Order: sequence, then C-alpha cells, then structure tokens
Amino acid sequence: MSTNPVSRILAKPETRAILAFAIVVLCGLLLNGDGSFLRFGTHRDALRQMSVYGILACGMTVVVLSGGIDLSVGSVLALSAVLLSKMVIHWQISPAISVLVVVAVGGFAGWISGALVAFGRMQAFIATLAMMVTARGMAKLVSGGEKVATNLAMPDGSMKYVEVPGLYRTIDSRILGGNLSVVTLIFFACFAITFALLARHRWGREVVAIGGNEEAARLSGVPVKASKIWAYVLCGAFAAIAGICQAAQEQQGDPEAGTGYELTAIAMVVMGGTSLMGGRGSVGLTLVGILTIGYVEKILSINAVPEALRLIITGAIIVVAVFTQKRR
Amino acid sequence: MSETLVRLEHIEKSFGANRVLNGVDLTVEAGEVHVLAGGNGAGKSTLINILGGAIQHYSGTVHFMDKPVHFGSPQDAIRQGISVIHQELSLVPDMSVLENLFLGDLPTRRGWVDFAAMSQQAKAVLARLGLEIDLQARVGSFPISTQQMVEIAKALRFEANVVVMDEPTSALNARESDRLFGVIGDLQRAGCGILYVSHRMEEIYRLASRISVLRDGTVVSTETPEALPPAKVAQLMVGDAVERAESKMETSTAPMGEVVFEARNITVRQGSRTLVDNISVMARPGEVVGLAGVEGSGCSELLWAIFGGIDRDSAGEVLLQGTRRHTATPQESVRAGLALVTNDRKTHGLILGSSVVENCALPNLVSFARRGWIVAAQMRTALTALCRSFSVRAESYDVEVGSLSGGNQQKVVLAKWHQTDPAVLLLDEPTRGIDVNAKAEVYEQIGRWQSAGKAILLITSDIHELLALSDRIVVLRQGRIAGEFKKDDATAEKVIGAAISA
Repeated sequence: MSTNPVSRILAKPETRAILAFAIVVLCGLLLNGDGSFLRFGTHRDALRQMSVYGILACGMTVVVLSGGIDLSVGSVLALSAVLLSKMVIHWQISPAISVLVVVAVGGFAGWISGALVAFGRMQAFIATLAMMVTARGMAKLVSGGEKVATNLAMPDGSMKYVEVPGLYRTIDSRILGGNLSVVTLIFFACFAITFALLARHRWGREVVAIGGNEEAARLSGVPVKASKIWAYVLCGAFAAIAGICQAAQEQQGDPEAGTGYELTAIAMVVMGGTSLMGGRGSVGLTLVGILTIGYVEKILSINAVPEALRLIITGAIIVVAVFTQKRR
Repeated sequence: MSETLVRLEHIEKSFGANRVLNGVDLTVEAGEVHVLAGGNGAGKSTLINILGGAIQHYSGTVHFMDKPVHFGSPQDAIRQGISVIHQELSLVPDMSVLENLFLGDLPTRRGWVDFAAMSQQAKAVLARLGLEIDLQARVGSFPISTQQMVEIAKALRFEANVVVMDEPTSALNARESDRLFGVIGDLQRAGCGILYVSHRMEEIYRLASRISVLRDGTVVSTETPEALPPAKVAQLMVGDAVERAESKMETSTAPMGEVVFEARNITVRQGSRTLVDNISVMARPGEVVGLAGVEGSGCSELLWAIFGGIDRDSAGEVLLQGTRRHTATPQESVRAGLALVTNDRKTHGLILGSSVVENCALPNLVSFARRGWIVAAQMRTALTALCRSFSVRAESYDVEVGSLSGGNQQKVVLAKWHQTDPAVLLLDEPTRGIDVNAKAEVYEQIGRWQSAGKAILLITSDIHELLALSDRIVVLRQGRIAGEFKKDDATAEKVIGAAISA
C-alpha cells in the first residue's frame, strides 16, 4: 500500500465508487439532453426508476456480503407482483393483509434458498437458480399465465373493469408537493433498514464475518447457518417489496416482470465495490452503485441514445468500474 | 565409493526475519536411503522444497550429478531426475487416478491425449506398488492411504535418480508401508538415492543407510545408524537449549483445587483411520496441561473435538465443574466457557478483512448488544482498552487485522478470547510464527490466565516452551496417550522419546 495520502484515499473503495458516480454526473451535466438534466423532475424520475432495482440491490448486498448470491430476486418480484394483484384486485382482500402475506411469501422463498445453502450445503448460485425457476413457475401458476390487471374476464365472456386499488395509487403517487415518489421513499426506507442492520445489528456483523472467513466465524461461536438463512430471508422479503412497487407502478401483476433484474441488482452491488467473494463492502457502497448505474441509464435515455447502445455502454461502464476497484 | 547424486552446499533460506535454514550441507549417494530427522520447524520441509524446485530463492548451491543446478520449478526438478513425494497430497480429488498420475505431463499423439499409452504406463507403476485400483475412479473416492499410494506412484512414474520422501507412511497402514519399503529396496538396488524424512524410529532404523539430524536449520550430525542410537537422535533433535529457555520463564506454583475441566473418551475418526482414540484429559484451575506429539499424534484433533469444531466422526463428553456440558458445536462451547486458539490464525482464527475491533467483538457480540442492536460506543471503548492491555500494536484498531504483523494478529486472537472470560482455554501452537518479543508477551498472558484460575490445554511443538510452561505434560502418539509427566520429572528426552518411539 502506498503511503502517499492522495493515492491512499484513492485506494479506498468509497472514494472510487463516489468518483465513478461523480464522473457520471459530470457527463450528465455536459450531455444534458437540451437542459433536461438540469431540471429537478429528471432527477425525481431517475430516482423513481431506479427504486425497484435499488430495493433488490439492498437485499442482494446482504447476501453477497455473507459470501452468497441470490439469482431468484427477479422471479420472486414477479411472484409477489402477481400474488398481490390477485389478492387486492381479484379477491378484494385488505391491502394491509395482502402486503404482509406477499412479504412473508418472499421471505419464505428466501428461507428455502437459505436453508438449501446452509443446511443442504448447496452452492448459493445453484440453490437460488432453482428458486429463480421455481418462483417464476409459481408466478405463472398464480396468474394463470396472464397479466393480473383491473380488467377481469367474467364467466360469460364479457369484461369487467374494476377500479385501480387505493394501495396501488398510493404507492405510485408522489409526496412533498410532488417532489418525491413514494417508491423512492420505500427504497430509501429499505436502504436505511439494511444499513442499520449491517452496521449496528449483531446479526449484520455476523453476516459480514461469515463472508470474511466462515471457518473463523464458526469457531468464534457465530451461528453460521442461522445467520446465513436470515440473509436470504431479508433478500427475499425485499424482492417482495420490490414486487409490490412494481405492481403498483404497472397497476397490474405481470408474471413476466423482473426478468433479468437480478443481474442489474448484482451489477449495482459490484459497481459499489462490494466483493462477490463476501465479507468486504457495505450497503452504502451499493447505494452509490445504484445511483451510478441508474444515472447512466437516465443520461443515455434523455440524450435519446437507442436502447441497444445503452446496454452496451452500461456493460462497458460496469467492466471499467469493477476493474478499477480490483486495483488495490 | 559410491557415486554422489546430490550435494547440498551451505543452503540458507529466510522467510522474512525468520531464518529457517542456516547453512545446510548434505549429500545423497546412489543406492542409499539417507534419513533426515528433525523436530517440527527444524527446516525439513523447506529443504525438501528447495531440492524439489518448489522454492527458487535461496543461497548456497545444489549440486546434482556433479553439476551445480538451479531448478526453476518442480517440473524442472522432475525432468532432471529428482522426484518429491510430498506429505500433503497434491492430487486433484475430482479427477481419475489415471489423470492424476499424469497431471502436468499428459502423453499426447498429435495434440490428443493418448489414453492407451497412459493406462499402460500407469498399470506398470501401480503393479510395482502392488496397488490394484480402478484407474478411472475418482481419486477422492479412495481412503487417504490409497491416495497416498497414488501420490507415491505419481513420483515413481518418472525414472528419477533421486526420490525425496516426506513422511510417506504418515497415512499408510502397516501392509501398505511394507510394500513401500519393498519398493524403496528396489529403488536402492537400481542405484537410486533416497532422501527419507521421518520421525518414526522403527522406520528410520529399518531403512536408513545414514541418518542426519536437522535442528534449527543446520545439520547437527550425520552418522550411520550403528553410530547413532535412537536416544542420541532424540537428544540431538532437542539440543542443549532447554535450560536456557526454562530460566527465562518463572516457574509457576503447582495448581491446587478441584478438577474444573474434564474431557472423557474423546474419539475422532477420519474414514477408516482413528485420529484420536478414546483419550481423556482433565485440568485444574490454574493448571497448564501441555500436550505433546509429532504430526499425526492427534493433539490438534483432540482440542478441536473438545471444542466441537469437528463436524462429524467425533465422540466423547466434556465436563465443566463436574457437570456435563454440550459442546457439540463451537457456539455451545463458547457459551459453556471454552475458547479455542487454533494453530492457523489466518484460516481459522481471524477475519483478515475485518477490523481489529470487529474481530475481538465476534465471539462476544451478545454482551455488546441490547435486543440485538450493538451499542457501538460501549463496544469500542471496551475493546480498545482490551487491545491496549494486550499491547496490540496497530495504527488504529479500525484497520484490517490482515495488515498487522503476525505477533500482533496473534495477540488479537488471544484478546478476542480473553473477553469471553472462558473457564478453559485450548491453545494450539499459540506462538507459531511470531517473533521473540511477541512470544514473551504470549507467555506472560498464559501466566496471567493461570493466576486467574483458568484451566489451560496447550499444544506446542517447541519442546522448550512446552517444558517451561506446562505443569503436566501428556504425550500423544498416533491418537493414544503415550506418556504423562509431571513438571518436575519431565525432560525433553523423555517427552520426545515417548512421542516418537514405537
């Protein structure tokens, strides 16, 4: 390690992550899409658009820190969106109960993945890959393969339209004089919870220790298996919350929703500088990663860059960012 | 006069400040078995690694067939005619026996692997060892002893002039050992030179043409077996430094009081081998029970089994203050008041990427948490004070533990367990790889624990340390108790004699 103070600060993952984000913002100021980057509404929308991914990335951070990975979050999101829509639109169940059930189902999906990893000694990649496929199947089963929307097919073949549930309208609204989307608020809340748990809760510290050196943690008396499972439970519950937000924004439950979201979430975690080997990183870093990738997308879209090119550029930025993180 | 195959001239090697080889001179003649004996840390492995090309940087000269040589890699050494059978298996468990035998040297025809030639050669070499196994089976599916035979076959496949064997029988049963000795005889008759590392006396005297004893990085004696009886070997391995070390440490008063800790009938099995065979130990408050034994004696496994660190295949019970306690998992053991300092702090003791404070807090997060939430300020204050009292030197206790020196890392491990206030400390090589000053501090800490009435089980391969620190010494050999000595009548010769003689 260099003793030069500048390179020392630069060697910190926080500095690098923030620097990457700062460069992205600078690009946004230069390529401001005829001034739209300078408008507040652009930033409000950017934050809203990255919220669902952000919630997934917060949960993903915990699992990655524990030394695992969760590929099932996109599918669990879809299952949650479909289940919630079925409950509040079709079955007219109260929003509070519906939300609780959906979050519990998401947590349970995480619990199964976690148990397979901890007790079944299965690799996280494989266990959650299986859960990814299974949850997608469950989403299709619950929805009957159709989008669960406010237009109901009646037995006589006619269509009946019901009102968009209040829950959906609330989540899709804005507060503070229209300056903050409710989904963004939910995202921030998820971030705050994750941050507090990882930084200050006994379990959070144990998760980081497990990711750092599982054997040392075990020999120190850490309940390795239980702690690991809870990481997946949290991740699954957050995926369900993301699914609720997604359903509210689309006003329907789409069994195909969330495809590929797990990879975006992982990219955000990695972009922040959290190591996929576990034990190193923080959800604070992930927040910077979420903002970086979110803003890259936004800047490219306000500059009317076609989607194909947008994806290629995002991919290249991930490679460059992670590459600089590795250079210690 | 037979032909000299290998001549080592004044080989020196240091790892950091730690000088491991201090001018070694050694020869291996054609047709002889030259046994190299020495305690743990005498430098045997380093010497083998230099001869086998695994270590490239050293000073001194290696002569092979009367030419000075410098092996750039293990492959290089093999090509020139030196094969090494390592004690630690270097096999790929998920590949077949056949592929393992030819790893790194697959015979090919026009770029394609020539399996026919391979299995022909493999059958020939396995037949020499009398080993009949399925060449296509996974190596990992065989017991350790068979794997060891495969490892030996792998080395014999090359028509080597010199074969180096590092405790090749440590995992073999008697029949397999006999076969190996037969092969060694064949090799001798064919004019091969063999450098054979072992500390099993019966083996040494069965095979040796000459015996060299290595101590503290130098060869202290090279003699024929007739001129060097077993007692003399033990004495040479120890040296005369015992009194010096003893006088450095004040002798503790004999512990009094009831037995606080008792481990009964501890047994550990690995496959068909019994690593720890029905051993019982006990300790009184303030007593240091030294456990001695060479590699494979089962000392470490005993401590791990007591602590519940071994997942499967261990049995026995642990009593604290006469009551039976659950110590089947480390979690239960920590709660019951046990602490295990493992002999490898980097893999088992510390989370290298986490801070000093984090590491110290880990076994005792409960006490710093209210309803699960950690009271950070309180934790910091307490642990900073703790680390200071253990004189852990770091620019801040928030730096990664991995950036600290070995001695300071070890102090963090001790501090971490100190604050759980254990009744029993299981210490496995607590001074391994740390400098003299740090060692002194570890000794002082052990003394403080003694005065505080803690029971201590101590493993150390440093015989001086063992004699000076222990109130009682239990010697283990191949998983069984081979002797027990009170502090007053324990001598290095007796302890080592019990540990190695069969």
